[in-house]
Amino acid sequence: MSAKKICSVCKEKPATVFLTNISADNKVQAMDLCDDCAKAKGVNDPATFGTADLLFGLGAAQGLDAAAGGAELKCSRCGFSQADFKKSGRLGCPECYRTFAEGLSGLLKTMHKGVRHVGKAPEALRQTRENVDRLKTLQKKLAKAVEEENYEAAATLRDEIKNLSGAAPAKSR
Amino acid sequence: MKDIHSFLCSPAESTHRHGPNDRIVMSSRVRLARNLRDAAFPGWAKKPERVKVWETIQPAVSALPEMADSFAEAMDNLTALDKQILVERHLISREHAAKNVGSGVVLNHDETFCVMINEEDHLRMQALRPGFQIREAWQAIDRLDSGLEKKLNFAFDNELGYLTACPTNLGTGIRVSSMLHLPGLVLAEQINPIVQSVNKLGLAVRGLYGEGTEALGNVFQVSNQMTLGESETVIVERLEKVMAQIIEHEENARQTLLEKKPKVVFNHIGRAYGVLANAHSISSKETMNLLSLMRLGVDLELFPGAHRGLIDELFLMTQPAHLQKSLSDKLSAEERDLVRADMVRDRLKNVSRPVTKPPGSAAN
Repeated sequence: MSAKKICSVCKEKPATVFLTNISADNKVQAMDLCDDCAKAKGVNDPATFGTADLLFGLGAAQGLDAAAGGAELKCSRCGFSQADFKKSGRLGCPECYRTFAEGLSGLLKTMHKGVRHVGKAPEALRQTRENVDRLKTLQKKLAKAVEEENYEAAATLRDEIKNLSGAAPAKSR
Repeated sequence: MKDIHSFLCSPAESTHRHGPNDRIVMSSRVRLARNLRDAAFPGWAKKPERVKVWETIQPAVSALPEMADSFAEAMDNLTALDKQILVERHLISREHAAKNVGSGVVLNHDETFCVMINEEDHLRMQALRPGFQIREAWQAIDRLDSGLEKKLNFAFDNELGYLTACPTNLGTGIRVSSMLHLPGLVLAEQINPIVQSVNKLGLAVRGLYGEGTEALGNVFQVSNQMTLGESETVIVERLEKVMAQIIEHEENARQTLLEKKPKVVFNHIGRAYGVLANAHSISSKETMNLLSLMRLGVDLELFPGAHRGLIDELFLMTQPAHLQKSLSDKLSAEERDLVRADMVRDRLKNVSRPVTKPPGSAAN
């Protein structure tokens, strides 16, 4: 209990800003932030801060603004914009997750236990999903092997990657 | 075309089902949010696209073996009263009841599965079970989902999991919830600390009809909030643990109240019975709060011979839409209060006033 609280956004640095937001329907939401994340979320003045803003408005919109580099970002598939997201807190289509990925990543950290899905996947994609995971691990190993000038290992890894990336698309639908 | 009212089971059938721990856990539910890969989410899609999604999903859902005896209807073919009845049965959300063209519902007769199409997501499928059965509900909806994924292309991302309209449902798209009757914790004034500690665990506590509703009749909905970064099984297991603890706290609160403040308990229950058995005009809100106390009285064996099912049936039958449906004329709220009181008096006429000492209370 006496352990130092860790920032609930970056989950690394110790928290220095402790916010408790009580909404109109008496929902209490507590959030612990470190200096940097508090600044990044625009929480300089706690008096003007609301968790709802952080979740759906301010924080998100700022994140999306930054991602767009000032210009308004729009989903190429459905035409949904960051302003639409600020209004509704909902996205336009599945593709929007790719369009707004950069701005969403911070938001997802504050909302969920993790940022990577764990659990059920559609049967048809399960094999692909496992292959993608293995590919990533192999590529890391390969980079390390090259760095260490261990060319023998690198050659083996390269072949494995070749096999796997050849197999993955064939198995997915 | 089947009529929804001839399809739905009777309120008596709906409320006389049994499950483990149903003294305290009224029902369990697991819902999964899914979307089609190639369509805009319902809140952003134009009408023709929504209609197309409904026309794609509805036959696929109706053809599932679990839905062999099911009823499917577009929301624009249901009257406001029909929709409200589905809300009072907890089969559809209030948000879904407000939908029209391009949205719809597929439900089975015994109310164990209900699929909302084009609510906030293309698919909101739910498995419902009486009592404390969230694991069983998860297994049931998992099978239904696996059957459906063979026919529909769900939006799924390797990193983010199932993609949903709102980022709060991303990943597993799961919401596990139970409806808990907690009059003991409310009377003992322990409910607020319990709600706060449940919130601290990342779980939400809501009222009778979900988000933004009050806890009428001491009924609380407990559910997970986070959906990304943890598997369905881990979420279900955490909920099971937390619910088991809440059940224990409620049992303890009831026991302590009976030991330390029996007069307070008898007073509340006696007055509730007095009003319900004798009133000639009563609102649905007052009815629910008093029925909750009578339900507690039945649990504490203060109404020998009375059955909890009767109370639960009245709880459902006295809600505005169910009450209106049982009548031939359209009534105003004031007129409904009279009819409601008549119905409750009539159904309670064979229930004697509460005894003041539960049988075997000393031994317990």
